[in-house]
Amino acid sequence: MFGLDKKDASLLLIVAALVAFAPFLLNPFPEGSAMAQFNAGYPDLMQRFVIFGIFAIGFNILFGLTGYLSFGHAAFLGVGSYAAVWMFKLLSMNVIPAIVLAVATAGVFALIIGYVSLRRSGIYFSILTLAFAQMSFALAYSVLTPITGGETGLQLALDDPRIFGSATTADGNIPVPGFFGLEMRDSAELVFGSWVFTFNVGYYFAAIIMLASFYLSIRIFRSPFGMMLRAVKSNQQRLNYTGLNPRPYTLAAFVISGMYAGLAGGLMASMDPLAGAERMFWTASGEVVLMTILGGVGTLIGPVLGAGLIKYMENIISKINSDILHSWFAFLPDGLEDLIVALIYPFIGKGWHLTLGIVFMLVVIFLPGGLVQGGQKIAAMFGRKKAEKTENATTEPAE
Amino acid sequence: MDAIILQILNGLDKGSAYALIALGLTLIFGTLGVVNFAHGALFMIGAFCAVTLSRLLSLSHKVEVPGAVDFLGNPQMRDVPYIYDLFGESLGAGIIDWAVPLSILFAIPVMILIGVIMERGLIKHFYKRPHADQILVTFGLAIVLQEVIKYYYGANPIPTPAPSAFVGSFDFGALVGFEPRTIIYPYWRLVYFAFAALIIGAVFAFLQFTTFGMVVRAGMADRETVGLLGINIDKRFTIMFGLAAAVAGLAGVMYTPINSPNYHMGMDFLVLSFVVVVVGGMGSLPGAVLAGFLLGILESFASMREVIAIIPGINQVIIYLVAIVILLTRPRGLMGRKGVMED
Repeated sequence: MFGLDKKDASLLLIVAALVAFAPFLLNPFPEGSAMAQFNAGYPDLMQRFVIFGIFAIGFNILFGLTGYLSFGHAAFLGVGSYAAVWMFKLLSMNVIPAIVLAVATAGVFALIIGYVSLRRSGIYFSILTLAFAQMSFALAYSVLTPITGGETGLQLALDDPRIFGSATTADGNIPVPGFFGLEMRDSAELVFGSWVFTFNVGYYFAAIIMLASFYLSIRIFRSPFGMMLRAVKSNQQRLNYTGLNPRPYTLAAFVISGMYAGLAGGLMASMDPLAGAERMFWTASGEVVLMTILGGVGTLIGPVLGAGLIKYMENIISKINSDILHSWFAFLPDGLEDLIVALIYPFIGKGWHLTLGIVFMLVVIFLPGGLVQGGQKIAAMFGRKKAEKTENATTEPAE
Repeated sequence: MDAIILQILNGLDKGSAYALIALGLTLIFGTLGVVNFAHGALFMIGAFCAVTLSRLLSLSHKVEVPGAVDFLGNPQMRDVPYIYDLFGESLGAGIIDWAVPLSILFAIPVMILIGVIMERGLIKHFYKRPHADQILVTFGLAIVLQEVIKYYYGANPIPTPAPSAFVGSFDFGALVGFEPRTIIYPYWRLVYFAFAALIIGAVFAFLQFTTFGMVVRAGMADRETVGLLGINIDKRFTIMFGLAAAVAGLAGVMYTPINSPNYHMGMDFLVLSFVVVVVGGMGSLPGAVLAGFLLGILESFASMREVIAIIPGINQVIIYLVAIVILLTRPRGLMGRKGVMED
C-alpha cells in the first residue's frame, strides 16, 4: 500500500487509527470521576501531541539516521512560528499559506545553519547548532523586536493589514485561523452517558498533516537516501573511501528535519496565533532530544511515542497535587498515608521535571533504544516463552 | 583608556567563572574522555553549599528580651543564633557575616564526595559508550540535580551577601593614577578574580609539581601505557573527577554574592562554558583558562554602549559568533592538541 511493505503499511494504519480515535482513547474515564484528571482528550493537549510528534519525527530523521545530535532544533520551530504569524498578520487567516511559508523559512534557515554546522561532527556539531540556536534566541529577544515582538512575543492585532482576508470579524474581534472556513478552534462534542468526547477541527487538521509526515518519514527510512544516511552514521570514513561525499546527504537530512520543525512551528501558530522567543531557547531543543531518546531513536514510531509521553507527563502529572494524593491513599492508616504521600510528592506536580529526568536517565542507561526497545524486549520475553512452550509440546527435536 | 581598563575589569569576573568551569570540564574530558553536561549543575550545587552554610549558621532560637513586653503584656522574644551561644555575640556575628568565604571549607569535601559518587556510580559505566550517550545521560543527571535543588530551596533566587568588609566599590582608577571616579569597581569582583587565579594556579601546580599530578598527566597522554606500568590510573582519574567537581563548586560558592543563586544558574553557565572549552581547545587546560578570560572580556567589551550603537545586539551573540568562527577556521581550538577530537 502506498509503496510500503506490509509491515510498514500496518504500522501506518495502526498509527492512523490511533490518531483518528484519539478523542475516545484518551478519554477513558467518565467526566467527574476521580480518574477524570488522567483524561488527555481535550483539544489543546491532543494538538500538542501531534505537533510535537511531527517535531520529533523530523528530529529523528537527522539524529536517528545520521547520528548527528543537534542541540538547536527548536530554532527552526521558532522561526516557523514567527513566519506563520506574519502570514496571519499580512495575508489572511487561512492556515495554508502560513504553514507553507513556515516550512519554507525554516528550510532556508536550516540550509544556512546546516551548511556551516555540518562542517564539523560529533560534539562540535552539537555545540555549533546550540550556538546558532542561542544566537537566534538572543536576537529574537532583543534586537529583532520589530520582527519578533521581543519579550511579549508576536501577536495578532486589530490593525493588521490581512490583504486577502478581513482585518476584523463582523463584531470587531481579531479573526481566528481557519482552513477555508473551518475554524481551527471549532469543536464538536459527543456526550455519551457521563463521557464527553471532543472532536476538534484543529486537532484533526494537525493529525492529517502528522500522518502525512509520518508516511514521508517511513518512505525516507526505506529509501536509498535513508540507507545512505545510515551509512553516514555507521562509518563515515568508509563512505569517504568509497568516493562518496557524505555532506550533501547529511545536509539534505538536516534541511528536511529543519522543515519538519518549521511545519510543527507553523501548526503551533495555527492553533494559537502567537509566537514567542522562548520557543527557541535551548531547553526547548533539549526537550525534543528527550522525546526522541525516550521513545526510541532511529525507530519509526519511537519519537511519536516519546513526544506523547512527555507532553502527557507535562500536562497530567504536573496537575496532581497533594490533596489528590491524600484522597488516593485515604484507605491507608493515617501515618502510612502521610508517609507515602510525602515520598511521592516530590515527583509530581511542580516536580514532574524530576520524574522526567529520572525516567530519561534510566532509559539512557538501561534502554538505549528507548520505549520501542523496551517493548521489543518484553515481546521477545513472551515470544521466547511461547516458543519454548511449542518446543515442549512437540516431541520432535528442532533439527 | 580608562574605559578600556574598566571593560577589561568588568570582563574579569565573568571570565573567571567561565575559566573555572571550563577548567573542570577540560579536566574531566582530558582524563576520562567524558563530555560532562552535568558540570553546570556542580557549579550550582557549589553555590547552594554557600546558601546552606549561611542558613545553618543563622539557625537560631528564641530568647526573652529582659524588661520588654509587647502590647499584649507577653515578654518580647528575639531570635538568637546558636552560634552566638558558642562563640559569643561579636565573634558569632562575624562568622555569620563571613559565611560565604567560610563555605569554601564546607564545599570542598562536599563537592569532592559528590564528584566521586557521580563518577563511580554513573559515569564509570559510560566510558565505552558513544559521546552522544555520555552527553545524554549527564544532561539527564543535570535535570535531576537541578530539580532536587529546586525542591528543597524553591525556585526563587536566594540573596547571599558577601562579608560586609567587601560590600561596595572602590576607586580603582585613582589607585593606578587615573582621574578619580573614572574606574569604580566592586570589591567582591576583585576578590573573585584573585580567588579564581589562586585556584587555577593551584590546579596547575598540583598537576605540574606533584607525583600524583605527573601520573595523571601521563595518564592523560597515554592511559593504556600508564596502566601497563602497574599504576591504578582509574583511581587517580576518579579523584581528578572529584577535584574537577570541587573546582566547579568553589567557582559557584564565590559567585553567590555576585549573582543570587537559583536552581537554573548552572544550565545558564554550562552552555557558555562548553563554548569556552571548544574555543580553548578540547582537552587543553591552558586553552580553557585563556578562552574563559578572553570570552569574558570580549563579552564585556561588546556590551559597551558605543559598540552596541554600531552593531546592535552584538553583546548577546558575541560569544557564539566567536565560537562559530573558531570552530570553522581552527577546528582544534586556540590551544588544542593536534588530533584530539578534531573531526
